[in-house]
Amino acid sequence: MRDAALAPPPIAMLAELTHRCPLACPYCSNPEELIAREKELDTETWINVFRQAAEMGVLQVHISGGEPASRRDLVELVKGARDAGLYVNLITSGVGLTDARLEELDKAGVDHIQLSVQGITAKTADWIGGYEGAFARKMAVADKIAEIGFPLTLNAVMHRHNLDDLPATIELAKRLGARRIEIACVQFQGWALKNRSMLQPTREQVDDAKRVVARAREEYRGTMVFDFVPPDYYADFPKACMGGWGSTGLNVTPDGRVLPCHAAETIPSLTFQSVKDASLADIWYNGVAFSAFRGTDWLPDLCQSCDRRDVDFGGCRCQAMAVTGDATAADPVCRKSPHRHLVDEVLEAEVVPMGNKAFDYRKFPANR
Amino acid sequence: MSSKRIPVLPRGVRLHFDKVRGQNVLLAPERTLFLDDVGHRILLELDGQRSIALIGQHLAAIYNAPEDAITSDINEFIDDLADKRVIGFADA
Ligand code: SF4
Ligand code: SF4
Repeated sequence: MRDAALAPPPIAMLAELTHRCPLACPYCSNPEELIAREKELDTETWINVFRQAAEMGVLQVHISGGEPASRRDLVELVKGARDAGLYVNLITSGVGLTDARLEELDKAGVDHIQLSVQGITAKTADWIGGYEGAFARKMAVADKIAEIGFPLTLNAVMHRHNLDDLPATIELAKRLGARRIEIACVQFQGWALKNRSMLQPTREQVDDAKRVVARAREEYRGTMVFDFVPPDYYADFPKACMGGWGSTGLNVTPDGRVLPCHAAETIPSLTFQSVKDASLADIWYNGVAFSAFRGTDWLPDLCQSCDRRDVDFGGCRCQAMAVTGDATAADPVCRKSPHRHLVDEVLEAEVVPMGNKAFDYRKFPANR
Repeated sequence: MSSKRIPVLPRGVRLHFDKVRGQNVLLAPERTLFLDDVGHRILLELDGQRSIALIGQHLAAIYNAPEDAITSDINEFIDDLADKRVIGFADA
């Protein structure tokens, strides 16, 4: 039943426990149609999913959301994942984590915490996150994380409104004792796509950021690791999507659907199975959404004849969908793509001096 | 002199046997390193007590191999992991 020649087992699983979150970041990677609490998988089902994941070869689980702390059973779920034999990364904004809860999470076996920061001052961070007091709360959580001794990654999502603060962001990571910093420029899908004209950095900002990161990598060698995701639109070639579609990781949504990537639902031609209807392994090895873009056979001629074919696998499917309307096209970021002009036109039209425009914050549908 | 360092696996970094792939792995924040037998053997020696030099001496005796070469291999291996922040040092 399993085509071992095509698909190796996955290494990592992103478990989106919930879409609930006190923050409302305008670039949230959750889909525009947020899933309501009543539809979330229950504790037992999640723990079963963790067991299935470990049995099929997943080594690391990224417990995320929304805000995973919005789940009352978070501690129990972490314990379930550890008992299943998984390495547990907790991805959190920190808001909603009390000192007592952090201590429980420590006992439950959280291996590593990834704390997101929206900005380096309360003013910017609370504006971007759409939540008064989030920054202060986050800093208190960071202190407690350090006190307990969790390894910490600071996850800084960067865009036009905070890229100029990159050096200070790196200093903040150092001050908080982070072992790693992820400097991730916003990827334009879902909410971020809606807010693209507010978020798109300028070319000068991007060039500066590259210099700052290169310098910091040297300065912090051996003390802090840098993971830098530069913005796509200014690149010449696309990035591989998670090491290739359906090759290293999978994503489970709050209601149990299994996706090849968090944004895969933006591709209307794909249908997704749920852990309620099939086993995780069956979905991974035989599910149509996973086979759709697995390997390189489906790639357009442009990519088939390109020496980067096995490097980027034609880039991001969701980006091809978002920009060209065709999920099977080469990523339009690619210089060789016939659609590259669309990306350049977006840059020209949208990267204008900051006006008074407001963010379109993420929110649940009003009639839920 | 770098052989005087005492390497340790810091919190959040642990060895794991991957039953599905039949391989030893080092699990760390946002990183999974698949280990060969040599790497695995070295990491098993880390006890937070002995220096690289002592570990080199020990492994050289077991494998009946030149101590200098072994110690220099260990140093190289440890330096690489330290750059990735998946190894710390007890005396630092
Ligand atoms: S195509 Fe892009 S958005 Fe979709 S899964 Fe791959 S990297 Fe993620
Ligand atoms: S042509 Fe295709 S394979 Fe080549 S760089 Fe562009 S997207 Fe990648």
